[in-house]
Amino acid sequence: MIIFQGKSSGPVYLDIKNEEAELKDASAMWGKSVWETEDILREIRGDKFIRCASVGQAGENGVLFAGIINDKDRAAGRSGVGTVMGSKNLKAIAVRGTVGVKPEDPEGLSKAANAAKKILAENAVTGEGLPTFGTQVLMNVINETGALPTRNSTDVQFEGASNISAEAMAEVRESDGRANLVSNAACFGCPIECQRVSVIDPEHFSVKGRPQYQIESGGLEYEAAWALGAATGVDDLDALTFRNFACNEYGMDPISLGATIGAAMELYKDGVITDADTGGIKLEWGNAKALVAMVEATGKGEGFGVELGQGSRRMCEKYGRPELSMTVKGQEFPAYDPRGIQGMGLTYATSNRGACHLRSYTVASEVLGIPEKTDPLTSDGKAGLVKAFQDATAAFDSSGTCIFTSFAMNLDDVSPMIDAACEGTWTTQTLLESGERTWNLERKFNCEAGFTAADDNLPERLLKDAAKTGPAEGKVVELDKMLPEYYELRGWTSDGVPTNETLSRLAL
Amino acid sequence: MMKIQLKLYASLGRYLPPEAKKNEIEVDVHDSATVGEVLRQYTVPNEMCHLVLVNGKFAAPGEREALILKNGDSLAVWPPVAGG
Repeated sequence: MIIFQGKSSGPVYLDIKNEEAELKDASAMWGKSVWETEDILREIRGDKFIRCASVGQAGENGVLFAGIINDKDRAAGRSGVGTVMGSKNLKAIAVRGTVGVKPEDPEGLSKAANAAKKILAENAVTGEGLPTFGTQVLMNVINETGALPTRNSTDVQFEGASNISAEAMAEVRESDGRANLVSNAACFGCPIECQRVSVIDPEHFSVKGRPQYQIESGGLEYEAAWALGAATGVDDLDALTFRNFACNEYGMDPISLGATIGAAMELYKDGVITDADTGGIKLEWGNAKALVAMVEATGKGEGFGVELGQGSRRMCEKYGRPELSMTVKGQEFPAYDPRGIQGMGLTYATSNRGACHLRSYTVASEVLGIPEKTDPLTSDGKAGLVKAFQDATAAFDSSGTCIFTSFAMNLDDVSPMIDAACEGTWTTQTLLESGERTWNLERKFNCEAGFTAADDNLPERLLKDAAKTGPAEGKVVELDKMLPEYYELRGWTSDGVPTNETLSRLAL
Repeated sequence: MMKIQLKLYASLGRYLPPEAKKNEIEVDVHDSATVGEVLRQYTVPNEMCHLVLVNGKFAAPGEREALILKNGDSLAVWPPVAGG
């Protein structure tokens, strides 16, 4: 583990070769994109096999949702980690290890890992669904379920969803005879290979005359396609793909960016911001050219992009319409409208890092039936479901195992790997206890930082404005029912503070 | 006869008539047709019907043979898929 403390006086990057680590001058990379930075690092090292994590111009410019991008198009995207990295003048980390690692029980680890890989390969989701269709297969699922936040959550279904789906990515274009989807790919060492590699029609307005974007690069994931698409009302697949490329290039979280542009479009619709603010750009729902322009302006820190770079909460507060910000604890929520998937309402409200789907993906149970199907439209039992997902997810995340493996594996499959790799004895039970400890420790940190039960809330729109169409028509999020149940299950006070008894039980 | 909207996604798209657009098509089925009957009519393998939604609401495996469709219903089906 590497911890960076303080701030460098000038731009640096951390260069790691096996056991050696050194902070080096990064002046040559400052001001450059993620893509350019990685090319420079590989040239400096003379080693094309190094792995990189870097920030782009967004992290340097103080965009509050800047991400850290790995290997050009894999992102630690959420919660502004790239903003923090950039604020330390830390441009990148370059690493290559060649001497291996020494697990406690190498033979046991190899056996357990092979057993896990077999489970992943034989499972219909991780062995076939994800590698073939990627996360984008959810676009039509969630739209049909009536839980696709559309046009800043003024609707729960998007009429253009099928145009920006996994199925649409696989369609051959008439214009150039190619499909948007070129192939799948994998993060380092992952056997699932759910990543998308895409190419944009060279005649599309976004890349015409710009050969640097007429390339094969990281394609749309579901969250990015939703945020840049349904949240803004844009159903131009190539425009969304171009904007996804740009989020990787500039180093930005496409979820927060798309959701913030969606909020800005509502401000524009209501006349709160005008052409004078946007530099003449018609920031209307569905305007693909406006979306393209705004993403680029945000990455570069130019024009109205400066306002967008502050995220929707600060932007909406500045313009006197805080209720238009679809955020919890300042972070934009992702691609599931909790009016149609009740458990996700409690998930967003209680996520320790602000609205997030990755810390308790109850969509798996409520929509996809993994590990077992529950009704997305009822709040009954969701407090227990969310707690169970949060604790198990904290254990998965702490193990360094991708959460997507949990579509096929449970902690009974993970614990033998951790037990063989690490000191001590690790069982499913100890991993679950570790997950619960992690969740409470994060909560304790938040409480000490000044967060209270009042921050475990949702945008008013989700609590008061009923869904207009689909299975959830007439429903709002029943947070007032779920939250007290959740606090009680967690062993927290009615104000959401872990009790001394709970902290003592968890040895915190 | 009545009309329903048949939607087959991901790898199930191959079971749709060739004139289907964006993985969906309006089809004629007999009055009181059930979910199970329609899926058999289009030769969709039962073991591939993981997520079955009628007007967006989940139809559990045990309900599909008896679940009668209505004119104008939407029947959407996926094999095992996930994302996030």
